[in-house]
Amino acid sequence: MSDHAHALETSTGLDSRKLAIWTFIGSECMFFATLISNYLVNKGRSLVGPFAHEPWTDPATGKVLEPIIEIPLVTVGTALLLFSSLFVVLALYGAQKGNRKMLLGWLAATLLCGMFFVGMQVYEFTHFVHKGLTLQRNMFGASFFILTGFHGTHVTIGVIWLATMFYLALRRKLPPERSLNLEMAALYWHFVDVVWIVIFPVVYLIR
Amino acid sequence: MTAHAPAQEHAPDHPTPGTYAKIGLVLFVLTALEVGLYEFTFGDHAGPLGHQIEPFFIPLLLALSAVKFALVAMYYMHLKNDSKLFSGVFVFPLIIAAVVIAAMIALMAYHWAFARSG
Repeated sequence: MSDHAHALETSTGLDSRKLAIWTFIGSECMFFATLISNYLVNKGRSLVGPFAHEPWTDPATGKVLEPIIEIPLVTVGTALLLFSSLFVVLALYGAQKGNRKMLLGWLAATLLCGMFFVGMQVYEFTHFVHKGLTLQRNMFGASFFILTGFHGTHVTIGVIWLATMFYLALRRKLPPERSLNLEMAALYWHFVDVVWIVIFPVVYLIR
Repeated sequence: MTAHAPAQEHAPDHPTPGTYAKIGLVLFVLTALEVGLYEFTFGDHAGPLGHQIEPFFIPLLLALSAVKFALVAMYYMHLKNDSKLFSGVFVFPLIIAAVVIAAMIALMAYHWAFARSG
């Protein structure tokens, strides 16, 4: 029997790996707080367009252009990220109960949602760059790309982590006694989700 | 010292898939409410009702967001049933994060309102 299957002895009675992931998540809260406050203090300080919610005039052509933010696409991405949190917790339930079919099915659904979200963000960034919004263009561009870009990077890392779990589950290396490995990945994934719960209204809905 | 105990000795009772699905439904409805609120206030469907909602738009949006955040943390991240130590390790930095955001907004509001005018 593998040594991983044995419960490690700790003074708290809690698994150190789980405490470690919670400590990491706590530090990430402060990391994203700096990025969100950076976005908020620079909100409305752009001297040139494109702007998030207001029409703007292109100085080169003199044409009045639409606001850059598009709510419908991001709403779909937000809904899928929320659903992915539900799916990963169902996958974890399956892992803990030894239900392999449930584990693989819900984990695959989580991965698909995560990949769709990353794809949505890549499309959105490309679309914005084509419309003239870059990191250097204005304060909105700089703070928007930094905040959502870091979040997107976290989602990508989460997708890779969950894909690793899926691979282990496929190879029958994620039995119930090792479900903590998936629980840690799931906690990270939920954190990525709660950060988006804050970013979505702050960046996309509040004018 | 004999305080060492096997990790996860008292595994907490986690919710059932039915509870997870109900929470998922609530999260979906709250997100729809957020977007609906935006549509009726600033979007294509904005009307007289939107003007009445506008002063409360940001507080309402932040309240909806806070409820969603709490639901995910309590039920999906299992903080409701897990050890209080995990809640402390998460909530304490969260309070610092909220204070950092509030302090930065206050500082920059002061800067733009008074400091730059001399």
